[in-house]
Amino acid sequence: MNAADLFQKIWFGLTITVVVYVAARALQQRIQWMHPMIVSAGVLISFLLISGLPLQQYKEGADLLSLLLGPATIALGVPIYKHRQHIKEQFRAVMLSITCGSIVGVASVSAIMFSFSGGKDIAMSMLPKSVSSPIAVEIAKSLGAVPELAAVFTVFTGIVGALVGTAFLRKLGIRDEVSLGIALGTAAHGFGTAKCLADSEKQGTFSGLAMGLMGVITSALFAVLFLII
Amino acid sequence: MEGLLGFAILVGFNLAGVWLHNTLHIPLPGNVLGLVLFLAALSLKVIRLEWVERSAQYLLKHMLLFFIPYVVGIIAFFPVLQAHWFSIFVGIGGSTLAVLYVTGLVAKKLQSTDHNEPVTNKLGKGEAA
Repeated sequence: MNAADLFQKIWFGLTITVVVYVAARALQQRIQWMHPMIVSAGVLISFLLISGLPLQQYKEGADLLSLLLGPATIALGVPIYKHRQHIKEQFRAVMLSITCGSIVGVASVSAIMFSFSGGKDIAMSMLPKSVSSPIAVEIAKSLGAVPELAAVFTVFTGIVGALVGTAFLRKLGIRDEVSLGIALGTAAHGFGTAKCLADSEKQGTFSGLAMGLMGVITSALFAVLFLII
Repeated sequence: MEGLLGFAILVGFNLAGVWLHNTLHIPLPGNVLGLVLFLAALSLKVIRLEWVERSAQYLLKHMLLFFIPYVVGIIAFFPVLQAHWFSIFVGIGGSTLAVLYVTGLVAKKLQSTDHNEPVTNKLGKGEAA
């Protein structure tokens, strides 16, 4: 069996994705700023371009992994449930700030992207960019946007938020842990939460909570918009 | 066994959410409906946290892996990204900063005061997570 035959097996896309991901995580243990998502995607994209393996063939196996985004979304319920006491204590602050963040996210993307009058596909796919990835992809599908673009925009957003979010907010006088956690979780989902967890557990808790609630609230916002339009 | 029981519960709720979405045409994504049902079941103690905690943490820890195939899928959209890189850059950057600021500001103003102590640890270097 030559290499080309091996490529055709449904196992190939799945296996290479898992292997590259594990290697990328090991690399991050040594070099902290090498984010496993970026490294994995970079390596796999380069591999496909160099080897000439068609994307469709890769995806056939790799998409099986994406199915797990479903139960992973359900799993977001665990941090929300564990920190229900925080939600009760800060109910107004948590719910209203995330709702405002959700509305500002959708409104600002619409304003910026439509003022550029660039492709409609791009603008629509960018709307759910602050939402946790599995939910963002589902929202994009329901909007008739492009899930792949939504996925990439979500990742870009997470990187921007995690990279500059804390410093940006502190410059503007937002310094308490609860607000920082909520803001990063709302704007930058999993990437923001990882950054918050690295800073402090309390920040990480609120960030994880905000990430989960942001997904639910934004889905609900789109559902309401659908009913109105 | 514990890990698999948790996994079975999580995939079960996902399927229930997808089924609800398809049969009742509720305009929320199936996985979000599943999440709402799951939270209800946890609150009503139908599902115990111990049953699902480890599986959930495992899935959340490796969520990035499940997401990689989508990101690799942008290969097909390189020309689009190339043609519109500037508006994409401004759109994502501007909107992300706006969401950060508004969310942070509202959270700060509305908090009950006992949580409002300043941060004293190693923040503000802007390093990536």
